[in-house]
Parts: sequence; C-alpha cells; structure tokens
Amino acid sequence: MYIIKFLQSFGEYLLLMGRSFQKPERFKMFLRKYYQEVMALGVNSIGIVLLISLFIGAVICIQMKLNIQSAWMPTWVSGYTTREIMLLEFSSAIMCLILAGKVGSNIASELGTMRVTQQIDALEIMGVNSASYLILPKITALVSIIPVLVTFSVAAGIAGAYCTAYFADIITPSDLTLGLQHQFTQWFFWMGVIKSLFFAFIIASVSSYYGYTVRGGSIEVGKASTNAVVSSSVLILFSDIFLTKMLS
Amino acid sequence: MITVDKLYKSFDDRQVLSDINTEFHNGKTNLIIGQSGSGKTVLMNCLVGLHEPSQGHILYDGRDLTAMSKRERTLLRREIGMLFQSSALFDSMTVLDNVMFPLDMFSTKSYKERRERALHCLDRVNLGGAESKYPNELSGGMQKRAAIARAIAMEPRYLFCDEPNSGLDPKTSLVIDKLISDITHENNITTVVNTHDMNSVIGIGENILFIDKGHKAWQGSNKEVLTADNKRLNDFIFASDFSKQLRQDIIANMAG
Repeated sequence: MYIIKFLQSFGEYLLLMGRSFQKPERFKMFLRKYYQEVMALGVNSIGIVLLISLFIGAVICIQMKLNIQSAWMPTWVSGYTTREIMLLEFSSAIMCLILAGKVGSNIASELGTMRVTQQIDALEIMGVNSASYLILPKITALVSIIPVLVTFSVAAGIAGAYCTAYFADIITPSDLTLGLQHQFTQWFFWMGVIKSLFFAFIIASVSSYYGYTVRGGSIEVGKASTNAVVSSSVLILFSDIFLTKMLS
Repeated sequence: MITVDKLYKSFDDRQVLSDINTEFHNGKTNLIIGQSGSGKTVLMNCLVGLHEPSQGHILYDGRDLTAMSKRERTLLRREIGMLFQSSALFDSMTVLDNVMFPLDMFSTKSYKERRERALHCLDRVNLGGAESKYPNELSGGMQKRAAIARAIAMEPRYLFCDEPNSGLDPKTSLVIDKLISDITHENNITTVVNTHDMNSVIGIGENILFIDKGHKAWQGSNKEVLTADNKRLNDFIFASDFSKQLRQDIIANMAG
C-alpha cells in the first residue's frame, strides 16, 4: 500500500516537473518572477545563513581545540578541521537542511494557500501554465543563489573561528591561519557548491510539489508545509551520501 | 453561446451530474441555481475545463471543449474571464497589477496601453483610486469588483461568475449583480452565473437553469420563475413562509 502511494506521488511529482520545465509564456514575466524569488528565497536567507554559520564555525573551533586536540597533534589542527568541516559538510548539506526548514515551508505554504484560495485555478482559467509560472522561477532562483549562500556560509564560519581566536583566546590567530591554509584543496569548495545545487533543486521542487497539490483548507496547507520540510530533509540526507561518494 | 450536450460527471462511484442538456445564450446573464451540493459548482468547473466530464460535450460557439487539444484549450481560455467565489486575487500584487496581469501575460500592447486598459476596467467597476492597494486592504465587495475588472481586462467572450454574492451584504450584492448584467449587455458576452441568491434570480436571471440532485430540473427566465409550477423549484426559491406569501400575492396581482 505504501509502495503504491509512494509511486503515485513520485509519478505526480515527475508530471508536475514536466509541466514546470516548459518554456515560459512571456520571458519578461519569468524574469520578473525570477528576480522576486531570488530576493524572497535567497537574499532574505543571507541573514540566517551568516548568523548560524558564524556561531557554528566558532563552536567547531572551540570543540576541536578543547576536546580533540592533544599534545600529540600539531597546533594548527583546530583551524584545519574547522575549514574541512565547513567546506565539506556544514556549508552545503547542513546549511541546506536548515534552508529546507525556512525556504521549504515558505514555498509549500505560499503555493498551498494559493491553491486553496483558488489563485492557481485563476491562473489556469486565464490560460497560464500555472506550474511553469509559479514553480520554475522558484527552482531556478534557489539553484542559482545557493552557491552564493554556500560561499557566505564558509566565509562566516571561518570568521566565527577567528572570533574565538581574537575574542576568547581559545587558539592563537597564527595557529588558526596556519590550519586554515594547510593542504587546502580547492576541489573541496567546488564539491560543496555542486552538492548544494542538487540540494537546492530538491528543496524547491519537493516543496513546490507539496504546496501545489494541496487539497482542502488551512489544516492541509499546514500538513503540506510539514511534509515538504520532512521529505526535503530526508532526500537531502540520502542524496548527500551518494553525492559525497561520487564527488570524493 | 455555450451548448451543453448530454453531460455526465461522476467522482469515483458518486454520480454528481446526469444528462445535463442546456444552452447559455449570448448577451444574456445565464444563471445556474440549485441547493448546496446539487452539482452546480461541478457543472461550472466542467464548463471552464477545471473538471473533465465523464460523458457529453461542451460547445463554445460550436467548438467542442471536450475534444480540444491542450493548446486549443489554452487558446480558448484566453477568451474566458472568471470571477471566483473567493475573488482569487493575487495577494502579492496591487489591484492594478492584478488587473494588468492577463494583459502583461498575453497582450502585445505597449505598457502604456495595458495600463490604460487596466485603469479603464477599474473605473468601469468603480474602483478608480484603489489601484495601488493590495487585496487584503479591500472590503469583500471591492475585492469582487477588482476580480470583475481582472476578468474583463482581456475583453472575454465568455464570463463565468461562481457565487459572486457570497459573503456580501444585500446592497453590495445588488451592485455586483448590476455590474455583471451591465457588462454582459455592453459587451454582448455569454455570462454564466452560479448562484443561490434569490435577489440575483429575480433581478438578473434572463435564462435560469435549476439543477436538482445533479439533474436539470427546470429552465426559464426570471419572469417565468414566479409562475412556474415546479414544486422543487418553488420549494427552493420560495423557501420561507414570507416569500411563499409574497409569491402568492404577486400571482394574485398578476391575475387581478
């Protein structure tokens, strides 16, 4: 029974994506909507990304210094591990899990409310491909803005680590700098960016599916919002394993 | 003119519409009336293509909606304006942007011309001056009028109104009814109104279709409805003792 339900939902999701990835009726309208979504989904998320990354970067550095580092290890280990954790996992996978909560629920509730208040029906009656008009700009906006968010996250995480060096005397700034520069592999940064592109697609498309297919009223919109966050998060975690294996 | 030919609609095992045959005339306000759950909303959804009929045909001036390709259906929909029960204005846009939306999407006119057309439509529904407001800043009646302005922006050949008076006070309902009727006659369009408002039935019902339990139970004009001898229709329209007495008085006056 669950398998049939899953296959049915997956089929509906694919059909919706098929309708979404169609040429926009008016490219000018698409660009206007794309710009709005970049602002709503991306630019409005910069604050939370910077805040969380700053604190997590600082906490990772403190944890590494106080609990992992020993006399047998070089003094730059804390800086090195902070950089690797931020680059490889936090700024891509964990940041996208956080964004799945913020952006995913936003997308699902917005589309769900549009569905129950007949705004999507109004688009259809006008002869507009509502899926393409509403969903395509969200997916393209989030996929194109996510590398910027990842970059900001890495930078904020490292800034957080420097805060522990300058303001808390946990590690000396020179040891931290040495660790951050030690055996830097540029590919690790690109790996994080590539993974985040997949995660951004998952967040935007899965949340849009749950929001767009809402039937009922406000309770169903709330459920769709929760389902969007849960499903996006689970899919991000699963795909993270495969992407990490493939890209490493 | 819209012709409905032997229309059936069922959801799973539940038959909602059975053997509906009717015509909605050009230049007239055509009303679909019936109790809640009688199937009138399903009929309207079938007419505009939001539901697929189980059997039967819907002809828009001879063009069969049920046999149309996706592309043909999209083109037909650009000739349709619809006023939804909930108004369905886009929350994120101002009133002017809402009215301009179909023009921005499909019209090849310049921005200035599109804006002028939208302002003209807003003036037509007496909403001049409200163009920069958002839908949540408007009253229910103003939202309905803004939705009418959006529906007529593309100069549609067919106008559908789903319970346009729901949630409105009687006076505002009369304003909306008059607006719909006037726009229908001015532009000579085929208007179909789904309602259970009796003031609308008497006031603007030039062609009334009464649906009862998914079947066509009666059809006629607002003049004929007063004297119709269909018991179910009379029980529905003249439900209260007061209205029953009123009907008898009117018939007695007509006879006298």
